[in-house]
This record gives sequence, C-alpha cells and structure tokens, in this order.
Amino acid sequence: MNAIDSYVTADGRTIGAAVMEMKNITLRFGGVTAIKDISFDIREGEVRAIIGPNGAGKSSMLNVINGFYHPQEGEVWFHGKKRLAMKPHQIAKQGIARTFQNIALFKGMSTLDNIMTGRLTHMKTGMMSQMMWWGGAQAEEVANREVVEKVIDFLEIQAIRKTPVGRLPYGFQKRVELGRALAAEPKLLLLDEPMAGMNVEEKEDMSRFILDVNDEFGTTIALIEHDMGVVMDIADRVVVMDYGKKIGDGTPDEVRNNQDVVDAYLGVAHD
Amino acid sequence: MPANFYYGIEVFLNGMMAGVLYSLVALGFVLIFKASGIFNYAQGVMALFAAMTLVGFQNGQIPFSHLINTIFGTNIHHFGWHLPAILAIILTLMVMILFAYLVEKYVLKHLVNQEPIILFMATIGLAYFMEGFGDLMWGADIKKLDVGLPQGGNTWIEANTAFLGGDDFYGFYLDNLDMWATVFAGLLVVTLVLFSQYTKTGRALRAVADDHQAALSVGISLRAIWVIVWSIAGFVALVAGIMWGSKSGVQFSLSLIALKALPVLMLGGFTSIPGAIIGGLIIGVGEKMFEFLIGAPFLGGATENWFAYMLALVFLVFRPQGLFGDKIIERV
Repeated sequence: MNAIDSYVTADGRTIGAAVMEMKNITLRFGGVTAIKDISFDIREGEVRAIIGPNGAGKSSMLNVINGFYHPQEGEVWFHGKKRLAMKPHQIAKQGIARTFQNIALFKGMSTLDNIMTGRLTHMKTGMMSQMMWWGGAQAEEVANREVVEKVIDFLEIQAIRKTPVGRLPYGFQKRVELGRALAAEPKLLLLDEPMAGMNVEEKEDMSRFILDVNDEFGTTIALIEHDMGVVMDIADRVVVMDYGKKIGDGTPDEVRNNQDVVDAYLGVAHD
Repeated sequence: MPANFYYGIEVFLNGMMAGVLYSLVALGFVLIFKASGIFNYAQGVMALFAAMTLVGFQNGQIPFSHLINTIFGTNIHHFGWHLPAILAIILTLMVMILFAYLVEKYVLKHLVNQEPIILFMATIGLAYFMEGFGDLMWGADIKKLDVGLPQGGNTWIEANTAFLGGDDFYGFYLDNLDMWATVFAGLLVVTLVLFSQYTKTGRALRAVADDHQAALSVGISLRAIWVIVWSIAGFVALVAGIMWGSKSGVQFSLSLIALKALPVLMLGGFTSIPGAIIGGLIIGVGEKMFEFLIGAPFLGGATENWFAYMLALVFLVFRPQGLFGDKIIERV
C-alpha cells in the first residue's frame, strides 16, 4: 500500500490505496450501451456510493465488479492486478461478496443455513470427509458456525435463527442477506440498494449496520442507494451515473454542488 | 377375522414395497429437477444403463465386443473372470460419475439459461443416445442380474403368520428382494437427507436449488454442483437398476419404470424429496389395494396399468403442485 495515498477521515478511519480500479469500462447488451467508458476506483476501507436515476447503469456496474457481466471494453484491476475474465464464483472466492436489489436468498433454508452458505469459500474439506463426517469436516463445521453466530449477534437476528427465510418480513430478509455477505468476511462488500423499500426506522438500522461493518471490521464497501440523505450521511465518496455515463465523482459535498448532478436529478429547463 | 382381511394386509404390505421402488426412481428425477430445473427424461435409461454396466462388469464381459468382432473379424466376448458384486457396484458407480461429468461438459454447459423445454428435449436425446450406447457396449440381450440378494418369498414370515387367519390363510407372502429393496431405499433416503442437511456440499446443493445467482455470489460453482447432482442421480439410478433388474431381468423395459415415476411426481411434487417417497408409497399401496378391493372383483382386473395415472390426473385437477410441491403463486 502506498503510504502517500492513505489518509485519515474526520471520524478517525484510515482510508488506504485503491483496492478496486475500474478503467474505461464499456458494457453493451446488443445495441444498448448500459455503461459507457466509465473509470473510478474504490479505496481500501472506504464507503463508496454509486448513485444515479433509474436506468443509469448502477446495478450493471455492480454486476461487472462481481463478474455476472463481462464488459466489452475496459479493465478491472483488483489489488493492483488486472483481473482476467472470471466466473462469479471465482470472484467470490477472491473476497468479493454482495447483496441484491431484489433479495436473492435461499428461501427454503433457515436464517442460519443461509448465512452458513456465506462461509463456503472458507471451507475446504472434501466430499468424502463430509459424507462420513470424519476428519476435518466436523471441526470445520463447528469453527465456521462460530463465525456465523457472531454475524447473527452483530445483526441482532438471534430470534429468527431457525426460521425459513421465505417466511420473514422484508426488512429481516434484507438483514439476513447482509449477514450472508458478511459471513464471507469479504475484502470488498457490494450492496445493491440495501435500503430499498424500507421505512425510516429500518433505514436507520441498516445505515448503522453498514457503518459498523466498515468501522469495526474495516471492510471496504461499495453501495448503490437511491435515498440521497442516506448516501450523503454514510458515504466517503460518491460516483454519480446517468444514462451509462459518469457525470460526477467526489465527496458528498462536491457531488451535491456539481451542476451536472443537479441537472440529472432535477431536470434541465430546455429553452 | 376372515382370511380376506389378512390377504388385504398382505396386499397393503406388498403395495408399500412396490411403492418404495417407484419412489427410488422418482427420487432421481426430483434431485435433478430441484438443482437445475431440468426434467430428466433419461432417468429411466440411466437405471437401465447402470444395471447393464453392472452385469457386464460382474460377468467380465468385454465392452463393445460386437463392434470389435465386426470390425476386426475376431470372436471375443468375455475376459473370463467374474467380479464380486461389491467391486462391480463400485466400478459401475465410477462409470455413472464419469457419465455425469460428460453430460455436464458436453450437454448442460452449452444449454445454460435455455428454456426448460429445450433442456427437456436434450434429455430425450440423451436417453436414446444412452440406450443405443448401452446396447452397443454390452449387447441388447436380456441379462440376469444377481448381486447376491435373497430372492423369492420369505418362508419364515409365511410359516409364522399362518396361524392368524385360520384354515384358508397360509401366512403372509412377502418377497425377500422387496424387503431388501425397502431397507436399501430407506438407507439411501436417510443418507441423502443427512448429507443435504448437515454438510457444506449438501448446503450448496440446496442453495443452488433455491437461487442460481445468489449461489454464484457466495462462491458456489454451478457446474461442480451439477456434476455432483447428476452423480447422485446416477447412484440412485444404479440402486433402482439393481432392485428392478434383480426382480425382472435387465432389458429394455427396465427404462420404462421412468413412466411409473411420473404419477409419483405429480402426487408428491417435482421439488420435494419427502414428496417422492410418500407419493411412491401412495401409488404403490393405492394401485394394489384398488386392484384387490375393486379392480379384480368388479372391473375384470388389470387396473394396475392405469390406476396410477388416473390418480395423478385427479391430483392435477385439485392440487397441481402435488402434495409437497412449492406452491404456485402468480403475482399480478
């Protein structure tokens, strides 16, 4: 890490060098260009927000980062190395975890099992050993279970440990999904609209969890959010997208005063 | 108690055991359908192929001997050894795992995100390919499969229950093979349930069954899971092949047991393992009891051929998702 690059925020967190660099990313679906020549970076330990009107290409950008989409042009650099075309599950093994805009949980499984799946990248015993429940399999299961219990305590969802998540209310499902991502102990956590459809109280809870994750575990977070108030409160830096292009990048204050951003959100008078 | 009452019990027990065999086949369908949304038409042929391969290994048959003889004018057919059953079963299992790997590599991989009907058509193609390939490899003649399981009626049970029904009743007739099949099927199901509930691979299997994208995002390789699922389905097919093959010989009609699994699936639901078991038992008991109580006395018999499908039709009308299937809820 380059020492010159790092700085300390007002609330005492250290922001390091860039862990993730997107260089001139262009993504097309047939004739539609979802992302047009966008570059930005995510620094170690920061909360980086991606905002923009509907259809701006924010979710597509997150999908590029975690490998669901492969951009036609541009490069993705992770930890100072150019990333070659990888499958999403390989990228997950590199330490990138995510949540989804429309919750993607394993609905038939309990909260505990859902969060346990987040530990899969940390479990190494072979099939035979698991099948016979011998060797490392049992010890591994127990050790990983401890991590999961910590996540459950952290997110205050002890009461719903055994409940199949399909039966949980929306706010809890969002929380379980965050828990599954956290259980992976990711180096980079991607959150796609973690507060969509929540009421004020739930939003406050979720904001607190996100900040605590960032603060206590030093996890780097990139998130998409529509609620500007929330973004301005929790993000260190903000990328603004509109129609697949980047129209702003900087601290919340800088972005707020950027004329292009104001135009994109409020509309421009045509005269 | 009249003797007929005890015969009724005997029919019921035999129905249960026949049902277990139906369940075994249905189980293979459910496993693959849950994990990949594919209705695997080839499941029955997989059972036939597994049984053929097992017999071939046991008797030391030379694979593709007909082909080799035709091309080179030789006259080879057997290696001249006999493998013990357990060794042949292990070898057959390895063949089924290799088969799963090849199916994933050459078929499924290229059909990701296709419509279910396309995948279904692919499995039909696969079924006919396997059938032909199996014949080419081991020959199309009817084979006798014997892995050392006891056959025929159990005389001990018969002798010790004869006193129940008086002079007209000669004791319960229960087939040894059926009873062993029940025991093995039970063990298989318990193992599968434990495996899927308490191991990380099992958890990954369930995760893939629920949501492909989310599974990828936590680092599960879909392709690896598909190989595992098809291997397990291959194993289930092997067990079904052994049981049905020992009962009625290894021949083409073995692959038609897949058709018997269809009503079981409609009853139990395509996505439920317990559903496959209960569905199989209901069909097995239902068709035997219907034949005993109504079919034979009033309808001239042979109702077993159609009863299961009738029952499935009734279920489709009143509960299309089956007894245990996921509820079909369409949001408007």
